Amino acid sequence: MASKFTRSNRTGWMMAGPAAALMAIFVVLPFLFAIGLSFTNQRLISPNPTQFVGLSNYEQLLGVGVLTLAPETDTTGAVLRDADGKPSYPSVRSFTRNNDQYPQYDGMREWFSFGLGDNQVYVLGRDIVFLKALVNTVIFVLVVAPVQGGLALGLALLINQRLRGINLFRAIYFMPVVVSIVVVSLLWRFIYDGNSGLLNNLLGAISLGTIPRIDWLGNPGTALGAIIAMSVWQAVGFHMVIWLSGLQTISPTLYEAAAIEGASPWQTFRYVTWPGLRNTAVLVLIVITMQAFSLFSQIDVMTGGGPLDSTQTIVFQAVERGYGKQDISGGSTISVVLFVIVLSISLIQRWLTREKK
Amino acid sequence: MGKFTVLAGVLLGSALLSSTAMAQTELSLWYHGAGNEVEAKIIGQIVSDFNASQSDWAVKLESFPQAAYNDSVVAGALAGNLPDILDVDGPVMPNWAWSGYLQPLTIDEAKIADFLPGTKGIWDGKLYSIGLWDAAVAMVTRKSTLEELGLRTPTVDAPWTKDEFMAALDAAKASGKFEFAFDPGMAWTGEWYPYAFSPFLQSFGGDIIDRTSYTTAEGVLNGDAALEFGAWWQSLFTEGYSPLAQDPADRDSGFANGKYAFSWNGNWAALGALTAFDDAIFLPAPDFGNGPKIGAASWQFGVSAKSEHPEGASAFIAFALQDKYLTAFSDGIGLIPPTPASAAASINYKAGGPMEAFYELSAKQALLRPATPGYVVAAKVFEKALADIANGADVGETLDAAVDEIDADIEKNGNYGF
Repeated sequence: MASKFTRSNRTGWMMAGPAAALMAIFVVLPFLFAIGLSFTNQRLISPNPTQFVGLSNYEQLLGVGVLTLAPETDTTGAVLRDADGKPSYPSVRSFTRNNDQYPQYDGMREWFSFGLGDNQVYVLGRDIVFLKALVNTVIFVLVVAPVQGGLALGLALLINQRLRGINLFRAIYFMPVVVSIVVVSLLWRFIYDGNSGLLNNLLGAISLGTIPRIDWLGNPGTALGAIIAMSVWQAVGFHMVIWLSGLQTISPTLYEAAAIEGASPWQTFRYVTWPGLRNTAVLVLIVITMQAFSLFSQIDVMTGGGPLDSTQTIVFQAVERGYGKQDISGGSTISVVLFVIVLSISLIQRWLTREKK
Repeated sequence: MGKFTVLAGVLLGSALLSSTAMAQTELSLWYHGAGNEVEAKIIGQIVSDFNASQSDWAVKLESFPQAAYNDSVVAGALAGNLPDILDVDGPVMPNWAWSGYLQPLTIDEAKIADFLPGTKGIWDGKLYSIGLWDAAVAMVTRKSTLEELGLRTPTVDAPWTKDEFMAALDAAKASGKFEFAFDPGMAWTGEWYPYAFSPFLQSFGGDIIDRTSYTTAEGVLNGDAALEFGAWWQSLFTEGYSPLAQDPADRDSGFANGKYAFSWNGNWAALGALTAFDDAIFLPAPDFGNGPKIGAASWQFGVSAKSEHPEGASAFIAFALQDKYLTAFSDGIGLIPPTPASAAASINYKAGGPMEAFYELSAKQALLRPATPGYVVAAKVFEKALADIANGADVGETLDAAVDEIDADIEKNGNYGF
């Protein structure tokens, strides 16, 4: 059964060949390696032989447990409360370290906790840093995908006009994309500087000094937000261009027809532009999502995952472990987990945005 | 093709080096100092002197930027592509030796008998690397500051105690003259943290790894002494003695601009401090209860395991150990000369020289970072723990987590051969 791919298609294969071979060597092969290595204890450098360790890397990475603690009571059984009336609980460390009665919690750390009646429920994780990285990355994607996509569409609509000098605006909006992300990150580090940064000076000038200086990257509460804002700014131009190309495929006759029918600008957008951008929207959404999941350079240059793990991300952890801590198997495991996450999200997105017949 | 390459190489070599290069066997040398002109000039001088001094070997120098050097060596080793001679950061050396990148040096012990202990890279009882210099850290301040604040000038024999040190910080803080009393150098992330701050922990009585077994950090990195250290470390930032988020520019010029009363800084920054203030002085580390400690060991030379000519490589290293080169490095870039003779001949470290204090600190207070292949990972874990504690993380929990991570790494590596 000769398929389209093999039948009288030699020229096609010869043209695709070099690129396909490079992809196979530098993308597919390393990826297959990563899957294999994630089941071993492979080190970056080590005289020790590599051993097969089964799923232990995954257990170490994803292991979670739930520990419910009753408040401490005095001898009569009454709950001990502090000055604010809050009950006090035994420390989680006394359960997770050197406690033979709770071997399942050994080596775990508190991820987060919440009150349930008088009890406190602690969700423990075996690898808190990775779990935090996972949450940070998901937050990053959830914010960046709609904001960046929406802003890019807005910019594309703005510059999709016949105005004098419009190419200048196109170039300006596109400029951050062609500058290396490392350079952009360094510049934004200065902008976010806690003492003499541009942002602080600007806010101070606008507010006549009433807004206190904030160390944007040094504060766990603002660091991730600062990186999100900077990342959106940096890549928005790229997606603007994709939207723009989508806008320009929409036939002008449709707009003329809409104008003759007396459609308002909103109606034009809603019933002419947006349906015409359907395929572009799917592409932009999937590309932004995948790019956002691979957040690394900004973190590496600007915060190194700190302060207090508030900017750890999945890819940063993969590199940090695989190369920094010489633990290739750990880094590979993270990569495989990331692959599974991105693959499932892409499949869901494709299913949600499928053409309904 | 092959013949052409050899021919081209020989032509190039003879053009670059000297006419005797024809008969010499080529040895490659990797060095971390690309981008530093003075350093490149001195190392280049040693190489050409060596090549001219004998007819067996011709060393060929290849320099890398320091930030990319370790990665280059690891990548080179994975590709089976290491040079004959390479330079290695002291605390990283055991990792490379254990991984099989390095072979023991065959240098006459007598030649290095009077070298500072921090310059000798010894692992598993064997000498793997030797440094042409050492580095030391001191508490940089001004004589006038001490006088104004009414503080005793500490000496190597009678350093400040913890209470005296904290009283000094309090006095500096109360004077209102400084933005911060103490600048530990938080802007210098990376190896600076374990290099500069683990001696504080060791002075409290803790350590990064238990040096009796080298197989665990339990009890030393999370024991009582370490908890006390962690609480003290955190208090530097919560009590406002030290800047938490430091601008790299402030690290470089903050002391000179009068922002800090005391700056914990290395000998490489001493010339800057002396240029800014005539009365800059370099005080020994405070004694937090277990003796005053500072870090030791800088970049050192070793021979790669794959080298086919270890005798030539060793000959080059032995040649480089001449006092005149040791002094040249010291005069050129401010490093501490490793021998008394080279120190006496140097501009900055001779008796009465402006940085003489560092030589004594290096000789008397220096403690090597744990000599184990696991140090590379432990140092990263330690750095993160200190950053987290400074940012307000729970001390006990953070140190416990650090111990768990270091122990897990040691176990994963079959105890690193211990």
